[in-house]
Amino acid sequence: MDLKLDHRTEDRLTIVEVEGEIDVYTAPRLRELLIDLVNKGNFHLLVNMEKVDFLDSTGLGVLVGGLKRVRAHDGSLELVCTQERILKIFRITGLTKVFGIYASVEEAKEAHGRDK
Amino acid sequence: MATVELTFSALPAHVRTARLVATAIARRTGVAEALLDEVRLAVGEACSRAVEAHRVHCPGEPIRIELCDDSGRFEVTVTDSAPSDDLEQAYKDEEGPPTAVNGTALASLLPADTLMSGFGIAVIAALADDVEVYPSAKGLRIRMSWPAHATGLTPA
Repeated sequence: MDLKLDHRTEDRLTIVEVEGEIDVYTAPRLRELLIDLVNKGNFHLLVNMEKVDFLDSTGLGVLVGGLKRVRAHDGSLELVCTQERILKIFRITGLTKVFGIYASVEEAKEAHGRDK
Repeated sequence: MATVELTFSALPAHVRTARLVATAIARRTGVAEALLDEVRLAVGEACSRAVEAHRVHCPGEPIRIELCDDSGRFEVTVTDSAPSDDLEQAYKDEEGPPTAVNGTALASLLPADTLMSGFGIAVIAALADDVEVYPSAKGLRIRMSWPAHATGLTPA
């Protein structure tokens, strides 16, 4: 399945909806979107990965790159993910300690609201 | 003897095809359903690494993947033609036969500009229970395998 990307802003949080496979072929599109969002002043990003079928280290690299960019502006990049097959690669690489990972967009928004 | 051999040009779009073929053959060979995601991810990592290496060193050369079902195991070997001198030296510094730990060590010794490439090898080392990495001046070969049950489907 190809990669579908969409985004919307709610309060100060930009929610990026990702659907499909994030791999060496599709990851550049996600990278471009994250860079574009940051360049336009969106420094608090929430990437919803509930509809992601596949994620490899190329995709992880894009997410880490996005995190570095928003942190340079005191921003945040957090994830929504409950799929075990996707969470596994975050655990293997130790990135569960780097990203805030939430069970739902609502849960992430509540946590983001508390941190403001 | 290889059940299936596949060669593909060093294009990112072909990595998905390689993943799909590997997963389909793993299922047919009798690899447990719970392991198929690991096969898919590990093969994808190996092929992605090879594609990126070829695009830097030899974009016109094909990448080869062999999928075997010998001895009750499903074995995948991904071979590229890009020189891997750094990896070769790192490998020589390791004692004993290639292991998953060696794969992680190899990844940690890669230069920063190939971070994600080395990251891929580390992921493979964590996913497959038997991984061997053979670096050389002529290219890198990654062999990985998973247990396969005898109840796997046989060719018609």
